Amino acid sequence: MKEYTYTEKKDTRSGFGDGLLELGRRNPNVVGLCADLIGSLKMGAFQKEFPERFFQVGIAEANMIGLAAGMTIGGKIPFTGTFANFSTGRVYDQIRQSVAYSGKNVKICASHAGLTLGEDGATHQILEDIGMMKMLPGMTVINPCDYNQTKAATIAIADYEGPVYLRFGRPVVPIFTPADQKFEIGKAVMLNEGTDVSIFATGHLVWKAILAGKILADKGISAEIINIHTIKPLDTEAVLKSVAKTGCVVSAEEHNRIGGLGDSIAQALATSKPAPQEYVAVNDTFGESATPDELMEKYGLTENDIVAAAERAISRK
Amino acid sequence: MNPHNLSIEELKQTAAQVRRDIVRMVHAVNSGHPGGSLGCTDYFVSLYFRVMNYSTDFTMDGEGEDLFFLSNGHISPVWYSTLARAGFFEVKELATFRKLDSRLQGHPTTHEGLPGIRIASGSLGQGLSVAIGAAQAKKLNKDNNLVYVLMGDGELEEGQIWEAAMYAPHHKVDNIIATVDRNGQQIDGSTAEVAGLGDLRAKFEAFGWHVLEADGNNFELLLPALDDARAATGKGKPVIILMDTEMGFGVDYMMGSHKWHGVAPNDEQLEKALQQLAVEQASDY
Repeated sequence: MKEYTYTEKKDTRSGFGDGLLELGRRNPNVVGLCADLIGSLKMGAFQKEFPERFFQVGIAEANMIGLAAGMTIGGKIPFTGTFANFSTGRVYDQIRQSVAYSGKNVKICASHAGLTLGEDGATHQILEDIGMMKMLPGMTVINPCDYNQTKAATIAIADYEGPVYLRFGRPVVPIFTPADQKFEIGKAVMLNEGTDVSIFATGHLVWKAILAGKILADKGISAEIINIHTIKPLDTEAVLKSVAKTGCVVSAEEHNRIGGLGDSIAQALATSKPAPQEYVAVNDTFGESATPDELMEKYGLTENDIVAAAERAISRK
Repeated sequence: MNPHNLSIEELKQTAAQVRRDIVRMVHAVNSGHPGGSLGCTDYFVSLYFRVMNYSTDFTMDGEGEDLFFLSNGHISPVWYSTLARAGFFEVKELATFRKLDSRLQGHPTTHEGLPGIRIASGSLGQGLSVAIGAAQAKKLNKDNNLVYVLMGDGELEEGQIWEAAMYAPHHKVDNIIATVDRNGQQIDGSTAEVAGLGDLRAKFEAFGWHVLEADGNNFELLLPALDDARAATGKGKPVIILMDTEMGFGVDYMMGSHKWHGVAPNDEQLEKALQQLAVEQASDY
């Protein structure tokens, strides 16, 4: 098992905020919009440096999506910021008609995704957003794993023409990807080559997959660990290539097991070369109030859950 | 510059031709929305044949031009006919309305690449936000042209409209002219019966808009109102016109009722409508 260490922990949302600031300096067409969550989204530095290109929309997410769609007409590249719940479910129809169907170059940037939002509870812990967004034709869906990758992704999506959903979170998590990484939309990242099981993880579950890989290695199991930061378009080639070697799969995500990364992988396999698959995901339920760690434990999203899933997948080969 | 700049007499002839197109389009596919389309014909013809500065060499960004957005997308027939007659695409393409593989979808879309359309609409309540965003982009680009947007009055029941209505004055978006098609009708009946829109002037004024009222079916009154609206831009407030129209205007049996909101005329009704919509030189597609 390849060694991964970290010296610092940071929230992925800070990667977004720092990436946006850098983008503002690089690209005069980048504009920011926020629905009364500037601090939470870490958009304050961009607002301060580029006040004329920043739009405080207030608690009016539907209006924010429409404004962003309109600003693309005239060549702006709008980055909208609010919690994942209010970035998707609350404004699904606005995104569907004014952004996706209209083919507008809007970047929907969503923080506080999933259970790790913590104590605020299920009203804010969206676990369906990846599913909703990936079902929209033409929508790119990205869920980076740490601060560095979120910053790189934020910068990369400005150069891509088309609607993007960028999902990140609230808690501080280890920074283990390189600061100078090149972020390629739709390109899976190989973290550890293995032969017994393929673990495809996204977002906060990528670090947990690395921890699981160490535990599995101690048990004599060789896990291939792949970071799927782009859920749509899925790097189907990387998925099929890995599973051809290992013969079984674990998918890991901070999302409902219905409609997330696991289902995308299952579809890729089922229509090409089916293989046993185990899901590490929330089992079609809402979350609740507690600390992020307590919730990840209760809802089965820890490294130990990944280990158990890997063993089940291997036993089904 | 408006590429046509027609006289009032020419505008009347053009409006009659557009109304002929509308009833023929919806009749041909036995679907579509003639009522609101006929009511707003004079407004569309005024914008595209007299008022707006634009080029028929369509670009999505529309830099250096006035832009128009249709929020109540179901009145697509009037927009399609106006765009075709104004020169954005060939008039004969109107015959493809709502048919398989057409650029003229039931509700307007950018998806099929129809020149003149900059956003999809149909799901109501979204167009005002989009237009305000486009107006703010114009400000960032130091483009002094204006953004027009039309909404239905029933559409004002959508909450997003009021989010946008609150936003625009706060951000001093004074390069937009919104218009409400106040025909007083919606699918289930009159707006008074269904939802009670109340005093729209007082509501928009309370939100911080500069409010004008206009008769939308009389060029002699509508054109000066549009001039007044242009004159009111650039003064720190967004501008809105409450435009009274008659649903089905020009076809007597469609007027004064919500029944023709989304119903097409049959063969006999079409003939009757075309008799009433006489033009000196009809050029039906």
